[in-house]
This record gives sequence, structure tokens and C-alpha cells, in this order.
Amino acid sequence: MLQSKVFSKRTRGGKVQKTVREVYLRDDLPCGAPFCKVCDTSKARLSPSASSPILIVDTNVVLSQIDLLENPAMDNVVVLSVVRDEVKNRNIAVFKRIETLCYNSTRNFFVFYNTLHKDTFVHDVSGESPNDRNDRAIRVATQWYQNHLGGQTRVLLITNDRENKRKATEEGISAETIESYVKSLGQPNLLDLLVKPVSEDVEMEDADALRPSKRKVLYAEHKPMSEITSGLRCKIYHQGKLRVNRYNPFEAYVGSESIGDEIIIYGRTNMNRAFDGDVVAVELLPQDQWREEKFLSIADEGEEEEEEDVHLAPNSADDALRNTNPPNSADDKNSVPCRPAGCVIGIIKRNWHSYSGSLEPLPMPAASGSIAHALFVPKDRKISKIRIQTRQLENLLDQIIVVAVDSWDRQSRYPSGHYVRKIGEIGDRNVENQAVLMENDICDEPFSRQILNCLPPLPWSVSAEDLANPIRMDLRHLLVFSVDPPGCKDIDDALHCTTLPNGNFEVGVHIADVTNFVHPGTPLDDEASQRGTSVYLVERRIDMLPKPLTEDICSLRADVERLAFSVIWEMTPQAEIISTRYTKSIIKSCAALSYVEAQARMDDSRLVDPLTTDLRDMNTLAKIMRQRRIERGALTLASAEVKFQIDTETHDPLDIGMYQIREANQMVEEFMLAANVSVAEKILKHFPLCSLLRRHPTPTKEMLEPLLRTAAAIGLNLDVTSSKALADSLDRAVGDDPYFNKLIRILATRCMTQAVYFCSGDLSPPEFHHYGLASPLYTHFTSPIRRYADVIVHRLLAASLEINKLPQIFQDRTQLTSIAENLNYRHRNAQMASRASVELHTLIYFRKRPTDEEARIVKIRSNGFIVFVPKYGIEGPVYLTPRGEKGDGEWFVDEQQQQVKKMDGSVSYSVLQSVKIHMEVVEPQPNRPKLELSLI
Amino acid sequence: MEFVNPEGLRLDGRRAMEMRQLRAQIGAVSKADGSAVFEMGNTKVIAAVYGPREVQNRSQQMSDQALVRCEYSMANFSTGDRMRKPKGDRRSTELSLVIRQTMEACILTHLMPHSQIDIFVQVLQADGGTRSACINAATLALADAGIPMRDLVTSCSAGYLNNTSLLDLNYVEDSAGGPDVTVGILPTLDKVTLLQMDAKLPMDIFENVMQLAIEGCKAVANYIREVLQENTKQLEVRRGV
Repeated sequence: MLQSKVFSKRTRGGKVQKTVREVYLRDDLPCGAPFCKVCDTSKARLSPSASSPILIVDTNVVLSQIDLLENPAMDNVVVLSVVRDEVKNRNIAVFKRIETLCYNSTRNFFVFYNTLHKDTFVHDVSGESPNDRNDRAIRVATQWYQNHLGGQTRVLLITNDRENKRKATEEGISAETIESYVKSLGQPNLLDLLVKPVSEDVEMEDADALRPSKRKVLYAEHKPMSEITSGLRCKIYHQGKLRVNRYNPFEAYVGSESIGDEIIIYGRTNMNRAFDGDVVAVELLPQDQWREEKFLSIADEGEEEEEEDVHLAPNSADDALRNTNPPNSADDKNSVPCRPAGCVIGIIKRNWHSYSGSLEPLPMPAASGSIAHALFVPKDRKISKIRIQTRQLENLLDQIIVVAVDSWDRQSRYPSGHYVRKIGEIGDRNVENQAVLMENDICDEPFSRQILNCLPPLPWSVSAEDLANPIRMDLRHLLVFSVDPPGCKDIDDALHCTTLPNGNFEVGVHIADVTNFVHPGTPLDDEASQRGTSVYLVERRIDMLPKPLTEDICSLRADVERLAFSVIWEMTPQAEIISTRYTKSIIKSCAALSYVEAQARMDDSRLVDPLTTDLRDMNTLAKIMRQRRIERGALTLASAEVKFQIDTETHDPLDIGMYQIREANQMVEEFMLAANVSVAEKILKHFPLCSLLRRHPTPTKEMLEPLLRTAAAIGLNLDVTSSKALADSLDRAVGDDPYFNKLIRILATRCMTQAVYFCSGDLSPPEFHHYGLASPLYTHFTSPIRRYADVIVHRLLAASLEINKLPQIFQDRTQLTSIAENLNYRHRNAQMASRASVELHTLIYFRKRPTDEEARIVKIRSNGFIVFVPKYGIEGPVYLTPRGEKGDGEWFVDEQQQQVKKMDGSVSYSVLQSVKIHMEVVEPQPNRPKLELSLI
Repeated sequence: MEFVNPEGLRLDGRRAMEMRQLRAQIGAVSKADGSAVFEMGNTKVIAAVYGPREVQNRSQQMSDQALVRCEYSMANFSTGDRMRKPKGDRRSTELSLVIRQTMEACILTHLMPHSQIDIFVQVLQADGGTRSACINAATLALADAGIPMRDLVTSCSAGYLNNTSLLDLNYVEDSAGGPDVTVGILPTLDKVTLLQMDAKLPMDIFENVMQLAIEGCKAVANYIREVLQENTKQLEVRRGV
């Protein structure tokens, strides 16, 4: 049956255009009930027993109660396509979750395409809003189900919309609100998952009774959307993504394109219920209110104080504390503060999801079984506390739980949310780890059967077919070896170096041939692309690929034959590359060395065996290459990486220290860089529009500002006009103490953003530049076992050598871009998780060992300063005045000198100065230990 | 964007291998020697054929075959935005050429030397697949004009979106930026006279998509044959045979 859909829409130019689309209504769409006698039941997914009612949910139920729907207690649900489409338009995250539910074979969720079915299609009625039309479509579909299935089962419409419910009842459809349905199930725990309805919906009776009747209005009203759009157009308001300061949740930034600067938002009142990551509309405050904030923390009106934590030293500008101090000094009254301040007047797009954390201890726990209100403290300090209701308070008090946010009305200081699930007990290391993983959206599930089925049978060895394969070069005769950190099991790179008769060297980099086992389109590949990267926590590793691949089949272990993808150069003794070859190969590694072993071999002049000579040759070449790279302007950056020694039985950290970098590390790194660059050139030549590359954007002047200010304060002149200039001035920056240069480098590293993956078709060639490596092109090729980006690059390289066909996804640029974005996201999360894991272990380590240590001041505040402890790679505040007091003018800050001085001038602390501090774990609240730094 | 939902239905409710509704009417312009209106869903095309007649421009006259001319145009009201398009823009020149070459390949031009055949096609309503609809309309009009042809030419398009081969793309699917393969065939001779695609596709998928388009062409051919037979029957009745 042919119908046409007529609607008007506004074009980008602002004109109104009438669109006519055909709709072919079908009579072959199944209802999904296995006991249906009319429809095709081969794809039926609803519960086979006719006794449980079929639930038809409306859009708002899906959008707000998705946590409840994910609970196995809710089952036998029909998702209508009108609901599916609306959910997709309104919230893509919820849409993905409902899609997963609909295709989960253990759940009875069925999608019924009511908009394309001949009996359930509804015509537009003039004067009806799209919402009313959709509600009507849902009712028509419910009615159809009722008639279609006859009396075989009960069909229940679940809606929280009062009007819709009334109309449904009038039309003879049984309709219920979600609350009453859940109550009828008789599982009190499920009620915790319920989201409290917003006022216009059907009220939940018991929730209202407990609420205080009168509340003071705390926040300004959000402006209506129409006003925001017009305000944005005439530049009164500014739009941007809100980012909350990681170290001070009362301060946030909105990057605005319209004024080209960041707008600072101070305090919760100005933030006006916006969350981190929300897209908001901001109005600028009058200039006299653009105050400066120099306190380590500020207490918001009446709110209990939150203070800065000790944490790991940041590694890049992405996770570093943002410097907000304008460079003008306090006595200079005429100068305008350089950053505008503003307040949020409306939220354009919410970024609410679920958060892990724990409940704030309550003075008097409520009686068991009754409803209790509790405050939930998220682990993520950027998120405000969340008010929740629970009926199982006593079970949750000492647990880490997951909570989702539902709403935030003007009368309440905190947003309200609902409990989703619990992770485990506070303080348990596994549970804390679990919380870290969950907070960073890292999947820790074991690989499914389906995925494991994609693996080759074990024990695996190189087969005769592989040997006979003409595309595979037999390199087993070469003296190949690998150099990795000690205890490394996922060895994905190996090297060889031989002297050619003409005096040149043949250098090969052999990378595990992961794509030989991971084929595009398989469940294994899908999972790997979702995970994106392996995650390294202090005491464990979460693999991207299943263990047999990671540790055995792909790992280039010593004395076994393995498949590899090789890049082989011919180099002159001056390390000039004469020719490059790329080939799939078979290698047999003769030694899996650790960095220490490799270094020891090179240093031991008595050893003259072939392996050691090769190592020395390579080292010589690497040094030349490194020198050349530095001359081109590559930056030698430094980060404070720490290494734990873990007790094998208790898994407690025994010792921590800075990660030591040896010549052997640099040698391997150099060849990996060279291989990556060579591969990047090759794939870009063949696939200019769909290569996956990695770029590092040049830092802007503003980003380097804090570095320059610090440098200026200690009389150091840094030239940041280019990476070469910066590299040179960093080299010149040698102070009287040995650690000075490294400290400056660490500070410089912190100012830069991280490198990112991108699809070459999305940017123009000048933007491909990798700033840190000073290379016009760069990609990741050398670690396919632990990074999915490398797997993609392997496929591209194989396709460019005409070994394989280019997989489908490369045809679709948007898909490739979304893969690159996912990889960046996963990569960042993996790093955050590693850092969180290190922070966790640092805490465990210091719990039993209060320590005195030397530290460096990296930032000055009016009531203290922030120190960096090089030995442990941590950073944290040291207070000069007791917390909570604002210092009563006892100390003042000299911006120019970057000093904090006592009023009488007797004591002063300046930036980069070395101080002695005491580190100790304190527990201000039970079960919530934190590391405290104090001056001695 | 989701062009094929998990159930395998397209945005307008068709499945991947289904065509839009076909409609055809012969004899829409009585002044012409042959004419037809052809519709594929919301795409509607009118074609008129004049000839074989005397060559207007003597210098173009050929002594061994007929001259085939084709003019394609798009009505100003054919799309939603009432834009006035200049005549003879690149797109319509290209389309005129494509249609002319396709039709020339099946007209027995050598039977009509020193003459010319004019084909005029105009798009009355555009909703994707205009190229195919024009060719189908022109075939019908030529048949109506009684011009000798080797075979009917029929055309249909197919594309590839969301990893699925789709038959007969409509405007929304066409403007998604995926590949769009237009095929024209001589159905009884089983020969391809037109094949166009402005995108890249791996060879195996391309063959798959092309095969689908050919199936579409055959379905169109069946329909056109039916329409012609029906028309002939009516002519018979009118003549009182």
C-alpha cells in the first residue's frame, strides 16, 4: 500500500520547503510473538509463554528509565519504531543501549516497525503536534497488538504521560505508569532504579510525601531554547562545552568560538546546574566581576569545603591543571583581567551518564526497607554530589555504587539521580580497580565464546602453507631479537641488523602479524576495534585481543617461529636510508632481551658475539638518527613516569620510583619511530584519502603561557616560535642542579596537548604535522597487539602491497573518522585509567610509610603552593595557612617573581624552589583515605 | 545515517531488492509522433518523439543513417525549491548525451538515412533515478512512434549503502553520497548499453550491485512490454480489427 508523507522543513538557507516522501506500507512485518498464528514467527523474540504481558513502552519511558529496562526483571518489551526513532533523535547514548537490548539474545525485546506497517500507520492530523501524533501512533500500535493477538496475552502500554494514559484508557487499552507496573512486580530493589518523574508527569505518591514542602530557589531559571538561539545569533550569549576544573570543581571553563577565548565560570551558582561536558549557553558578567581566583579552593556558599587532592603529575595539557592567574600583578589596578567571566543561562545539550562513587556517611541510618535519602559522592571530582533515594541504604553504605543522574531542579542544591548497581566494597583493591575501569568506560568482560571461536586452534605453529605462501619472505636465517621492558609478554616488535658487503647496513623492524589472525568483520575484530587499546594498570593488563593471541600466537618470543610484518631498510653507516622494503615474513627471534640486558651487553666490551655487535651497530645508527631528528626540531620531552615494584603475593606495592630511561630504550624507540614514519609515507601515497595517521598539533601561544611565565620568573628565556627553537632553548636551560633541566622539560610537556589519530581525508596535508617528533607524517604501526590503530595501519599497508584487499570500512570516510575518534577516546581513557591505578597504588604504598621527601614548587597560590615530588611523580598542594581560612593577608603573592611571601618579608617561597615535605595518608572520613603533604 | 534498519527495511519501507511503484502511460502528447509518461515512485518523466523526419540542419544530414537528437530538461517545478535553472547546464548536457547514446544504440538508424529523430524528455517531478526514468520514458515514446528498434532499452539504478546493495535509489538515498550505479540493458538481447557510476567500489561488490541493477532493468522491461501490449490491444479495438 502506497502512502505519501508530506511535511515542511526549513532549509539551511532559512527557506521553508515542502517535502514529499513515499511510504510503502507493508503487510509482512511480524508482531514478534512466538505463539502468533498469523505472522512469520522465525524472527520472533518475545517471550514464548503467553502468560507474561507484552509491554509497549513510550519514548519518555525509554529515555528516562533505561537503567530499569536493562534490568532482567523487565522483559517482554516491544519497542515501536516511532519510539526507536525518537529516542535516536533525542539521546544517542540511550539509543545505543536500547539497541543492544533489542539484539541481546537473552532478553525478549522486539522492535516492531509500526510506522511501516499497513495497519498501524497513522496519518498526520492538522493541528496535532508531532508529540501528540507519536503518542497516537503508540496507542494505535498497542490497540493493534491487542486485536492481533486476540485474548492470548495481555498487552500493556507503559507511559508516564498523564494525557496519553487517559486517552489510552478511553480507547480501551490497558495502560499503566512505570511506577505502578514495577510495584506490581513486587521487587522493592527495582524501585531504586526508577527515575523520579518530572513534575508534569504522573506523580509518584510516596516520593512527594517525604519532600520538604517549601524550598528556597537556589539557581536561576534556564532560559528557553528560543531565547538562547536568538541570543546566540546576536552574540549576547556564547555557546560552548563546559569543562570543569579537575582540581577545583567550583571553577569551569567554556571554550567559546564567538569570543575566541575561554570564559571562566566561578562557583556553582554561576554554573547553574551545568555538568562537565554539557554544551551550554553562557552570558558574560560585567567586567568588574571578572575577579581573579588564587585560592587553592574556595568554599561555595554554605557548602562544606572541598579541597585539592594529591594526584599524579599530569603529562600533557589535556589533563593538567589549567592556569588561570592572569599575569598582571595585584597592585596594577588599571589593567583588565585577561579572562572574561560568565554565568550559564541555559543548557543546550546534557552530558549526563552514570557515575561511580560512594554514599556520604549518614549520621543516622534509616530503618531498613524504608525509603531513605542519601548523598552520593562521585569519584570524579568534576561532578557534584548527587541526591538519591534508596530502600536498601544499609547495604550500600560501604559500597562503591553506580548512580545515574535524572534531573536537577532549581530548588535543590544537588542533582537527583537513582541507584543503578553496586560494584563492591570500598577499600577492596579489586573493587577500586573496577571503579577506575568503569569510570573510564573500559570493558573488562572476558572475551565471549563467539570471539574466542575466531582464534586459530592451539597449540599454534607456523604451518607449511605459511612457508609456501609467496607473499611471505622467509627471514628465519636472520639474527632477529627483541628488546622490551622486563616481564613483557606481549612482544610485538623485534629487530635485526646485518652488515652488507658494500659496507651499508640492512636494518629490519619486524612487527607481529596480527592481521593474519584478526580478519575484518569478525566478532574478534569488532571487539578489538571497540576496545581500541590494551590498558595497563599497575598490577594487571586488560588486553585488547584474547590472551592466546596476545601472549602466544602473535608475541614474537625467543626461539619460536612467528609470522611478522617487516620493514627493512638499507642504511649507510651515516644512517641515511637508501631503500625501504615492506614485506610479510617469517622470523625466528633468537633472544628476547630486556632493556637492562641489552644495555649491559652493549656496555660490556668483552662481549664480541654477533648479537652484541649487531646491538652496537644499531645503537650507533640510532644515535645518528636521533641526533638528526633533534636537529630537525624534535622535542625531548619528559614526563614523571613511575614504576612500582609489586609484591607477588599480596599485590601491595613494595617500592616506587621514577622510570629510568636507558640508551637501549632510546635505540628501540628510534627504530620504531623510523618504521612508523616509513609506513605513514607508504600508506599515504597509496591511500591519500583514507589513511589513518597520527598528528600532534602545534601548541598555541596561550597553552605555553604558564611555562613562559614560570621561566620568566626564574630568569630563563624560552623561545617558543617553533619546535626547533623551543628544543634549543630547552637544551640551553641548564641550571646549577642536575634536575633543573628535566623539571623544565616536564613543565613544557605539560603545556602540550596529546597527539591524536585522524583520517587523512579529513584534514589538509600541512595539518598532518607531528609537532613533538617534528615529522610531517606519523602513524602507529609497531604495536598491533595492544593498539587497534596499528591493526588498521597493517591492513592499509598490506593493501598497498596488494597482499590483501582494502576492507570495506575504508570506503566510508565517516566510518573511518568515527573509528579514529573512538581510538582517541579509548586511548585517553586508557591513560586516565593507568594514572588512576598508579594513584591508587601510591596511596596504598604511603598508607604504611609516612615519608619525608624533597619536592619542587611548581605553582604558587596565595595560601600555599603546589609541589611536585620527582621521586614518586606526584603533585599536590601544600598549605601555608590552615585550610578554610583565607589567610588574613598574612601571605601575599608576587606574580612577577612567582613568589609567595610572608607580609613581613621574612619567609618567601618561589617557583621551582626545592622544599622538604612530609607525606602521610590521613583519613578525614572513615574509608576515604587521602594523601596529605605538609611542609617541614 | 541509517538507510537500512536492522529489519532490512529502507527509509520508505521498501526492502533492499524492491523497486518503487512503476506507472506508465502512452500517448501523453498528441502532437508528437510518439510520447509517454513514465513514473518510478515520485519521479515522473514525460518523453516526446518526433520523426523520422527531414533533417533541419542540412549539414548534419547523414547518407547512411538517421540523425538522433535528444534534449533533456528539468521542469522548474520538478524539485521542491523553485529554482530557475539555466538551460544547457552541464548536468543536462551530459544527461542529453547519455540518453542519446543509449537510444542510438538500439534504434535501427541505418533503415532511415537522410532523416532525423528528435527525442525530448522532461522531468516533471524528481525524486532520484531521473536518468533511468528518462531512458524508460524515451523507450516507450520511441515504441509509440513506431521507430524500428533492435530491442527495448530499459534502465534502473542500484546503490550501496550501509553495507547493503539497494535497488532503485530514491532522492534521500541518492544524496547520501554512496555509489550510484545506473545500468541500461537490451533485455532480450541481454546486452548492456549504459553503465555509469561516479564513485569507487570494490570489484566484487560492484558486480553484485550491477547484477541487482540488471535485475531491476529486466523487471522494468517486463512492465514496459506489458504496457505496450495493452496499448496495442487498445489500438486494435479502436481500429475495429
